[in-house]
Amino acid sequence: MPSDLIHEYMRIDHLPHIWCAGCGNGTIMRDVAVALDELITDPEFALTRDQVVIVSGIGCSSRAAGYMDFNSIHTTHGRAIAFATGIKLANPRLEVIVLTGDGDASAIGGNHLIHAARRNIGLTVICFDNLIYGMTGGQYSPVTPHGDKATTAPYGNVDRPFDVAKLAEGAGASYTARGDIYHVRETIDIIKQGIKHKGFSLIDVYSTCPTYYGRKNKKGEAVDMLKWQKENLIPVSKYYTLSEQAKEGKLVIGPLHHSNYPEYSAEYAKIIEACKEAKKGK
Amino acid sequence: MTGKKQLMIEPSWCKGCGICVAFCPREALELMNGKVHLKDADSCVLCGMCEMRCPDYAIYLKNAEE
Ligand SMILES: Cc1ncc(C[n+]2csc(CCOP(=O)(O)OP(=O)(O)O)c2C)c(N)n1
Ligand code: SF4
Ligand code: SF4
Repeated sequence: MPSDLIHEYMRIDHLPHIWCAGCGNGTIMRDVAVALDELITDPEFALTRDQVVIVSGIGCSSRAAGYMDFNSIHTTHGRAIAFATGIKLANPRLEVIVLTGDGDASAIGGNHLIHAARRNIGLTVICFDNLIYGMTGGQYSPVTPHGDKATTAPYGNVDRPFDVAKLAEGAGASYTARGDIYHVRETIDIIKQGIKHKGFSLIDVYSTCPTYYGRKNKKGEAVDMLKWQKENLIPVSKYYTLSEQAKEGKLVIGPLHHSNYPEYSAEYAKIIEACKEAKKGK
Repeated sequence: MTGKKQLMIEPSWCKGCGICVAFCPREALELMNGKVHLKDADSCVLCGMCEMRCPDYAIYLKNAEE
């Protein structure tokens, strides 16, 4: 018997999931379930379960849409945001949540990502960012750090990496944040903020792929990868109290960017209303 | 709602990654034959750190039955 939370929000006949031992995907999927549970049971936000739609692309991480017991759709590689855009425009009342990998979101799906951000359409995109293509055997993705090894970079990656959160912000996303696997509560909180936010939200969650990224780059076991996160990823509240010297080599997690730029489906609805009014007046 | 909790383990879901063991603040857990095992029930303070970080939902707190 699993916990009440898992029983309530996961398709338990599909569990245990297929992810490797120590893979961060299971932790992020639980974070999403906790965030949704807290919003569903919060009388002020009053999210209903039927309002939630989970959309994923293709990759290890994208399997999450199959495990989560909500309205869900597992789409094609890189196109989750395109499907999600259609769903949101068909029914703007829905809370459309995209679960995607770093490759899915920023390589094959990169164009969808930047244009959804530019439109500021009200989706919440959660990137399971394990720094590699897990499903296909450890090829480098656009976020693999410079110099790191991958199946397709046996001598080290020549490219510079994308910072997915900054990429989305630069393209126009009105909420961006970064989480990880170690800081669970902080990550749940930014997922909640992302869902509550009306415009386009991008939550980049540093995950772990011990099987490919970890092994190829001698990062140790899953436990070692989490210890690295504990020491080097610093919550916003603490990060800005550190001296410049103490900040060296550390990365900040938590909310990164927030603005109130108008949301696309609401602007679109205004045009529909204006056209209806104009027609009546004829 | 703040009734007594108890620690539950679902061995068939545990993949033996050791995350719960490493981050249990009381060192109450261990791996035994590749699965999590409650080494010392007395030192477990039912904080739920293991549940929060287990990627496989194999260890969790439950409201204790009467
Ligand atoms: C059109 C198309 N091209 C390529 C693939 C092969 N493919 C499947 S998953 C994947 C990359 C997955 O990497 P990422 O999105 O980072 O997810 P992860 O598996 O690491 O969670 C690729 C290239 C595909 N399924 N469809
Ligand atoms: S290959 Fe990597 S990303 Fe895929 S399930 Fe295994 S650890 Fe997770
Ligand atoms: S974290 Fe979960 S899967 Fe890993 S050893 Fe502990 S109970 Fe098993």
